[in-house]
Amino acid sequence: MRGVIAAGAYIPRGRLDRSEITATFGKGGGSGTRSVASYDEDTTTMGAEAARCVLRDSTNFDADSLWFATSSPAYLEKTNAAAIHAALRLPRSVGALDLGGAIRSGIGALRTALNSRGTTLVVASDMRDGLVTSMDEAAGGDGASAVLVGDDSAGPVIAEYIGSGVVTDEILERWRIPGGRRSRTWEERFSEAAYAPLIDQAFADALADSAISADDIDHLIMTGLHQRAVSRNRRRLGVDDAKVADDLSRSIGNTGTAHPTLLLAATLEHAEPGETIMVMMLADGVEVIVLRATEAITAHKSAISVETQLTQAAPISYGKFLSWRGRVDIEPPNRPAPNRPSAAAAHRRADWKFGFVGTRDRSSGMIHMPPARVSQKGGAVDDMEEAPMADAAGTIASFTIDKLVYSPSPPVVFAVVDFDGGGRAPIELTDVEPDEVRIGDRVEPTFRRLFTSDEIHNYFWKVRPLRTSATDEDR
Amino acid sequence: MGSHGIKDQVAIIGMGCTKFAEHWDKSLDDLIIDAARSTYASAGIEQPDVDAFWFGTSQSAASGLALAGPLKIQGKPVTRVENYCATGSEAMRQAAYAVASGAYDVVMAVGAEKVKDGGYQGLNAFPIPADGTQRTLTAAAMFSLILPAYSNKYGIDEDQLRYVVAKIAEKNHHNGARNPLAQFRRETSADQICEMAAVAGRLSVFDCAGVADGAAGVILCRADEAHRYTDNPLHIKALSVVAGTGAGSLDPDYDYTTLDECRWAADDAYAQAGVTDPKSEIALAEVHDCFTPTELVLMEDLGFADRGMAWSEVLAGAFDLDGRLPVNTDGGLKAFGHPVGASGLRMLYEVWLQLRGEAPDDRRIPVTDRTLGLTHNLGGYPGEMVSFVGIYGTEPG
Repeated sequence: MRGVIAAGAYIPRGRLDRSEITATFGKGGGSGTRSVASYDEDTTTMGAEAARCVLRDSTNFDADSLWFATSSPAYLEKTNAAAIHAALRLPRSVGALDLGGAIRSGIGALRTALNSRGTTLVVASDMRDGLVTSMDEAAGGDGASAVLVGDDSAGPVIAEYIGSGVVTDEILERWRIPGGRRSRTWEERFSEAAYAPLIDQAFADALADSAISADDIDHLIMTGLHQRAVSRNRRRLGVDDAKVADDLSRSIGNTGTAHPTLLLAATLEHAEPGETIMVMMLADGVEVIVLRATEAITAHKSAISVETQLTQAAPISYGKFLSWRGRVDIEPPNRPAPNRPSAAAAHRRADWKFGFVGTRDRSSGMIHMPPARVSQKGGAVDDMEEAPMADAAGTIASFTIDKLVYSPSPPVVFAVVDFDGGGRAPIELTDVEPDEVRIGDRVEPTFRRLFTSDEIHNYFWKVRPLRTSATDEDR
Repeated sequence: MGSHGIKDQVAIIGMGCTKFAEHWDKSLDDLIIDAARSTYASAGIEQPDVDAFWFGTSQSAASGLALAGPLKIQGKPVTRVENYCATGSEAMRQAAYAVASGAYDVVMAVGAEKVKDGGYQGLNAFPIPADGTQRTLTAAAMFSLILPAYSNKYGIDEDQLRYVVAKIAEKNHHNGARNPLAQFRRETSADQICEMAAVAGRLSVFDCAGVADGAAGVILCRADEAHRYTDNPLHIKALSVVAGTGAGSLDPDYDYTTLDECRWAADDAYAQAGVTDPKSEIALAEVHDCFTPTELVLMEDLGFADRGMAWSEVLAGAFDLDGRLPVNTDGGLKAFGHPVGASGLRMLYEVWLQLRGEAPDDRRIPVTDRTLGLTHNLGGYPGEMVSFVGIYGTEPG
C-alpha cells in the first residue's frame, strides 16, 4: 500500500482583519481574517516548521527525498530545501529539491511523490501578497504544509493513494514575472469558463482511475487562486455541499502553493477509516488526487494540529503587515545594520545554526549552546556528544525588551531560557506581545530568519510561547 | 604557582585626563596628544624620559603605531592593548608589570577612544565574521536583565528597584555636576529618571553611561624611584583581571544578580593588597557604572554591601559623596562619559586626585584615615565579561 504516512501544517500566528484594509483605504479588504507570516518568517522557515510538525509525529522516519514547493522562494539558484533539510537534521544522503515558481508545483509534487517509489517528504509553502487593496492581498494567506508519502513498509499509511486525474492547459489566467511585486490576472469570467471543461475531464479521469463514483467522495477539497472558478464550477461535480471541506478562506485565506496539502492535513485530522478524500486544484489545468483513509488514521496525531493553529492566533495591524511585506518603510533604530553571516563559519556550524544542536559533556552532563569542545563544568576536552535542542521546551529565567538595537521589526524581546533536561541559551523571543512576557513563561524553539544582510538570509532559531492545546490530546 | 601581585613595587607619579565630551573638533590624535602632554606635565618629565608605552583603545585604532605616530615617539616600544571596556586599566596593568619586572624604569599608559565619529548613538561592536547566530542585543538590554532577576531573588518590588537604580544615576550626576571634565554636568533626580521612557527593559537613556570621546594617561616608575618625581605618589597595591568563560550564557545556575568575574577579581585584588574588610579600609571606589544596575550589584560583588542589601544601602546614601564609602565621586561612566579605552585610566585619575587631596572642594570625599582607593573596570555582559580591580594607596609598604 502506498499513500500518506503523515501530514501536518504550519500556520503563522498573525491574523490581519481584512476590514482594516477597507478602513484604511476605503476599498479592498473584506470580511474575515488572513494569516500573516511574521517579519522573521519566509517560505523556507514556514516550510521547516510544517516539516517539523510532521517529523515529530512520525517515528522511524526514513525519507529518501525532501521536495519543497513554493511560488515565493527565499532564494533563486540556491536550493531552499537544503535549509529545511538542515533544520530537520536529515542525513546528507537525503536529496533535497526545490520545485519552484508555479502555484501548481505543491500539489504536483504530492502527486508525483505518490506515483513514485521510496519515501518523500513533500513540503509546500507560500506567502501570498499583492498590491495594496488588491484581491490577492486580502484573499491570500501565509502558511505551509508537509506530507510524508511512502509505502507502508516505511510506516503505517493513514490515507491510501487510490487514483489521480491530471489536465494541463496553457491558459493566461494568472501570471507574475520573476521579481515582480504583484500578480496579474485576466478577466475572471474568461478563465472561469475555460476551467469548466478541464475540471470535467480531470474529475472523470480521477473517478475512473480510482474506480469510484462522485457519491463515494466523503471529503472534497477543491481549491485554486481563481476563487470564482472554484466556487462556480464546484457544482459541476455533483458532490453534496456537506462533503466540501472548509477552504479556510475566512480564517487564514488562500495559501496558494501550500493550500491543497494544508487543507488535506486539516481533513486528515478528522477523517474516519474508509472515507474517501479528493483533493482538486485549479492551476493552469487541473490536478486531482484521491485518497482513502485507513484504520491507521485513528492513531494519526500531528504535533500541533491545524485546528489548534487556527485558534492560537493573534491580530496583526495592517500597518505591521504593510511594513513586514516591505510595502511601507518604517524608520529603523539609529544603529548599524547587522553584518552578513560568514558562509564558511555557518557551514562549519550548520548543526547549531540550522539544527539547533548543542553539545553535552559526557562526564558532567552539562549542555553547551553553542557547541563547545571544552566543558564549562569540569573542563573535559573533546568528550562531547550531540545535544539536539530543537524539540526541547524551556522556561524564561530573565528577559528584557531592547528598543535600541537594530531589528527588522523593533523592539527585540530577548530572554534567557533554561531548557527542560538542561541547557541554557540567551535567545530572542518571537510571536509575543512584549508587555505580556513574564519570568517563568514556557517557550519552545522555532526556526526563523533573523535578518537579511548583503542578500544573505540569516537563519537561526528563536523561541516562541509553547504551543499546546487540549484538542491535540484527542482526535 | 599563585597570584602574588606587585604590591608596593610600582608607583604612580603623574596622570592626565582630557575633558570627556562629544569632541566634534578633536581627532583621536588630538585627544592622545592632549592627554599625553598633561600627563608628562603632571609627572614633571618629558617624553624622551619614558622608556616604554602601552596604548589602550578598543575600536578607534590598531597597533602601537596609533600612539607612536601622533606623539612622534622615537625608537621606543609601543604596544596596543585591548580588553573590551577594561582596556584602559589593562594598558596600565601591562605597563606596571613591565616596571615590576625590571625591564623599564619609567613607563606610560595612554587610553583613548573616539566613539563619536561612528555616526550612531551608543557603542557598537566591531563586526567579526561569524555564523550569524551570535546575539546582537545592546549592552543596555543585557545589563537590564539584572533588574527582574534581582527583584525576583530578593523579593523587592520592581518599581522600588527601578527607583533604587535611578538613585544611583542621581548620585553620579550630582558628582559629575561638580567635575569640570565630565560630559554631563547637570543634576537630575531619581523621580525624573523614573518618568523617562524605557529603552531597554526598565532602563531609560539616563540609566546608561554617557558616550563620549576622551583620553587619559598615567606614568609609572619603580616605587623606590618615585620620590625623584613627586612627594606624594600613589603606590599600586593590587592589580587583578579575570576573563570569564561565558558561563552565564550556558549555566542555568547563573542568576543574573551577581557578576562572578568582578567578585573573583576583587577577591584576588584584596588578597594581593592585604585588604580584609573593604567596607572599612577603602576610602573611595571608582566602579564601572556602565548601566545603573551594574553599580547596584557591584556594591555586593566588591564587598561594599552585604548580599541582597545593596539596594537599601543605596537608598540610605552609603555610597554618596558624603556617605560611608563614596563611589564614583567624579560622576562615573554615567556622568563623566565613557570613551571606552580611556575609562579605566579616568577612574584612576579620580583616585589620584582624591587621595592626594587635589579634587575640587565641592566634590572632595570627607576627611578619612583610610589610605586606599579602588578602581573597578569591566567589559562584556552579565555572565560573560572581563573584570579588572586595582587598589592604590598613599602609603608605601
